[in-house]
Amino acid sequence: MKSLTFNEKLARFFINWLFLMIVWIAFTTSFNKQEVIAGVFVTMLISFFSIPLFTCCTFKILAPKRIFYMVYYLLIFIRELIKSNLDVARRVLTPSLPINPGIVKFKSKLPTDYSKMVLANSITLTPGTLSIDIIDDTFYIHWIDVKTTDPEEAYTEIAETFEKILLKIFV
Amino acid sequence: MSIYEIIGGILILIGAVFLFLGGLGIYRMPDVYNRLQAGTKATTLGAMSLILGVGVVKMEDSWTWIVKMAIIIIFIAFSNPISSHALARAMYHRKRYPYIKGDAKDMDAYREVAGKDDPSDTSPDEGENI
Amino acid sequence: MTYIFYITIVLLSLGMIFSIIRFIKGPTAGDRTLALDTMTTLMVAGLVLLSAVFNRFIYVDVALIYGVLGFIGVIVIARYLEGAL
Repeated sequence: MKSLTFNEKLARFFINWLFLMIVWIAFTTSFNKQEVIAGVFVTMLISFFSIPLFTCCTFKILAPKRIFYMVYYLLIFIRELIKSNLDVARRVLTPSLPINPGIVKFKSKLPTDYSKMVLANSITLTPGTLSIDIIDDTFYIHWIDVKTTDPEEAYTEIAETFEKILLKIFV
Repeated sequence: MSIYEIIGGILILIGAVFLFLGGLGIYRMPDVYNRLQAGTKATTLGAMSLILGVGVVKMEDSWTWIVKMAIIIIFIAFSNPISSHALARAMYHRKRYPYIKGDAKDMDAYREVAGKDDPSDTSPDEGENI
Repeated sequence: MTYIFYITIVLLSLGMIFSIIRFIKGPTAGDRTLALDTMTTLMVAGLVLLSAVFNRFIYVDVALIYGVLGFIGVIVIARYLEGAL
């Protein structure tokens, strides 16, 4: 594992601190003086010791353009989630169970592990697909209604909408 | 009835319907992967919608409810796909191959990676139920 | 509002009954773990609903911790079944 420069360490420390502080306030749900001071110290300690562990991102992630794309991604994701639930409801309630399951694979262009994790989780919650494994760049997807077994077409069908936005957020 | 109660009530009802469909889905589907599909998706949206509905109903009392509900919603949205993914991979590595209509070999692209025929391995055992 | 709570509780119980049937029938350990996972999610939703019915904020914390522990349990069982533990 390559050693981190001072700037990277600092970025990770502050991003972890900010995130943990938000989580702390949301958990305690109060702005009482004692709670906030205790939270500042506890989260500072945790984020100091977890610098080598969390490899999410640098300060680049807080740029306004990326935050805009995150909100856009969230809206697309909610739309797909509702669509997938109506799809599941239709399949479950039809007496003849209209399914044609199988496993397909496709290659993704995403660079980091973290972005692959986000894409795999999104795929699991979108219509008819369930991610089974990721080996290097290849995603293996269980598809409840297989339309094509060709990797390129499967990529267009399943992942393209998400990956275009994720590439803008994480690269 | 205030406007909060109407919106929250509708969200709660939608959530309850989807949670019920999730339970029905894992009862009706033919194999473990399809059950995971139905169970994960329907219960995720169902729980998120129901919890958001409760938060909206209680919003006129205090703001602490909706914040706590947001935490639970975010946690469910992250944890459910991860656990279903872990289960699916575990079941494939135990050689529970997915149900496929007909006998099309090319429908199972993962077999070439995970399902290599190991001579020392005698599974799948049909009688074994674990 | 009361009727909405009644309908919701009935639907949740029906979903829970289907999960329990799947939990008993199996046929593999994966199906049982999946049924357990579904029951955990149903139970979290039910606890949050009960906290609104009885107006007790502490039940929400109980639901959150229940969800976290159920998630960790499912992950541990899945890793064990895979043979990686």
